[in-house]
Amino acid sequence: MPRQEPKIRAKNFKEVALGYTPEMALEEANRCIQCPKRPCVDGCPVNVDIPEFIKALREGNMQESVKALKGKNALPGVCGRVCPQETQCEAKCTLGKQKAPIAIGRLERYVADWERNNKSAMPPASSLPSPTGKKVAVIGSGPAGLTAAADLAKKGHKVTIFEALHIGGGVLMYGIPEFRLPKEIVQNEINFVKSLGVEIVLDAVVGKIDTLDELLKGGYDAVFLGTGAGLPMFLNVPGENLCGIYSANEWLTRINLMKAYLFPKFDTPLRMGKKVAVIGGGNVAMDAARCALRLGAEQVYIVYRRSEAELPARKEEVENAMEEGIVFKFLTNPVRFIDDGKGWVNGMECIEMELGEPDASGRRRPIPKKGSEFVIPIDTVVVALGTTPNPLIASTTEGLKTTGHGTVVADETTGKTVKDRVWAGGDIVTGAATVISAMGAGKRAAADIDKFLSGK
Amino acid sequence: MIDEKGERIPLTIADCDAQEGTLTIVFMEVGKTTRELGCLKDGDSIMSLTGPLGVPTHVEKFGTVVCVAGGFAVAPIMPIARAMKQAGNKVISIMGARTKDLLFWEEELRSVSDKLIVTTDDGSYGRKALVTEPLKEILETEKVDRVIAIGPSVMMKFCSRTTQPFGVKTIVSLNPIMVDGTGMCGCCRVVVGGQTKFACVDGPDFDGHQVDWDLLAARQRNYLEEEKEALENWQCQCGGHHH
Repeated sequence: MPRQEPKIRAKNFKEVALGYTPEMALEEANRCIQCPKRPCVDGCPVNVDIPEFIKALREGNMQESVKALKGKNALPGVCGRVCPQETQCEAKCTLGKQKAPIAIGRLERYVADWERNNKSAMPPASSLPSPTGKKVAVIGSGPAGLTAAADLAKKGHKVTIFEALHIGGGVLMYGIPEFRLPKEIVQNEINFVKSLGVEIVLDAVVGKIDTLDELLKGGYDAVFLGTGAGLPMFLNVPGENLCGIYSANEWLTRINLMKAYLFPKFDTPLRMGKKVAVIGGGNVAMDAARCALRLGAEQVYIVYRRSEAELPARKEEVENAMEEGIVFKFLTNPVRFIDDGKGWVNGMECIEMELGEPDASGRRRPIPKKGSEFVIPIDTVVVALGTTPNPLIASTTEGLKTTGHGTVVADETTGKTVKDRVWAGGDIVTGAATVISAMGAGKRAAADIDKFLSGK
Repeated sequence: MIDEKGERIPLTIADCDAQEGTLTIVFMEVGKTTRELGCLKDGDSIMSLTGPLGVPTHVEKFGTVVCVAGGFAVAPIMPIARAMKQAGNKVISIMGARTKDLLFWEEELRSVSDKLIVTTDDGSYGRKALVTEPLKEILETEKVDRVIAIGPSVMMKFCSRTTQPFGVKTIVSLNPIMVDGTGMCGCCRVVVGGQTKFACVDGPDFDGHQVDWDLLAARQRNYLEEEKEALENWQCQCGGHHH
């Protein structure tokens, strides 16, 4: 798939991947052997009818392809860009045993983009189902909430999404940068969900302004909690509150949601020095580091305590980051941050690590090498160690069971919590994971909520 | 947020009327956003408003409560003084400002207080003093059970220093820079009693004797240059100063 040249893209916030041309899409779609076992569908957490949309695409019937794609997935433009297809649908592809699997994600993106650019060519949406008279509140408008809302609306239930921020989309808006997921695409998919009859109430911090119990008493028959994992983790080492040290959430929220890269045209600024260290090895760390480059940092490091083989980020994102000139410091862990005397960070003392026996996660445990401390001169730090669920709702709701990690306990297949009429799914249940796994959870919960509401 | 290009800023609710459906918010015009808000006319709207967020001020019958307001903090101290009074406390209020023109709501605050002391730095109205002077005198002459101090950080810091030798618990309302205000970003982190807290969800009220004031001040200064740039840029666009 064509991409912007590394040197050029590292200086702008435009999308890196440019998408297939029609010829390329057709060529790729023609490789699909339409095998009867359809293992790709099982590999997809929302079971998109992959062979159908590819078949329609290569027959030149784009309208049909869109219909097949969106039957199970309300957010194909998002998924085509940020899903880890290499471990899901594409990993299961029959062709993959011999040669390269079908690039399902790229085809999905192609079809979703075609629809967005050819709205007038699409037949008008089939009429909405007759209302069931049941009301569902969905808390959070991220991938889990949007998916659950769309599926419930398609069944005729009246769905209201409550979103804490001033714009819908959750992590798709504040977390994932423009160059990986253009915000116009997110808003387009939200508009699709709204077209199904879903109402989105913004600036509604459930758990604070209204409690979950108030919603249940206030006429909602069921509630789906999809509030994600919004609480940033810090290292808890000395000096971490110095100016110039950000959580990845703050860094990305300022940039993506508040558009700090367009300051002063937009009001929210982001103060960055010249040498930036991003701590962590996940997709969020890659995003934060690549944002720093685009904001004009002279040197950007990714500091990770394990080795390259253990990086949790998608391989494609690691490659993108490396190509753009980000320097990886593996087997390195910060132990303290150094003050420049004016309250701003100007150095990071690190210790070298070595890998020991595998730990609970199955990855080899990093162990500090005694006496190996050294200082990296940096003036900006982004801590991207992961997030845990925001405790706001759990702390103000009676009878919701949570784990020691702050995640809400819910049935794996149905999303049902131990609290009556309350379901949950996505990062709030699993801890920080992927967009598509949250969508899968939203889908399963929506099916179970529908079953409950229709008295089946 | 005023519009889609705006910023999210934390403001304190001074009053509300559930029947009328109104909120009263008092703010000082210092930067671009607050000046822009000041330019709004009756009937204008803004894009986004959310709240109340954070933990409400703890109110109970303590005995004697001293409420100290520095500058425009008369607004946020009003509902607290009223609630403290309603809870059966003797309420002594102190309001201070740099100069007479910056004083407001004197009668309103007096109406919910057993006693009110007004100070100005330059002596243009009331007593010529900093708020800490009458605060110290009250602590020396009568038993005080709780102090609530709201205002600029430096004023809250010195109120806390004043009360510390008397061992009177002093609650301050911290105002670090915030972004989302819902506990998501950690921009507003403060250190209280050696522990990192998020002022937006854990606060804004904290024990003034345990706050790391130097850290708060450093983090508040973080964006001074950008704040100036934003203001200048805005003033150029709208053709000069409004007030």
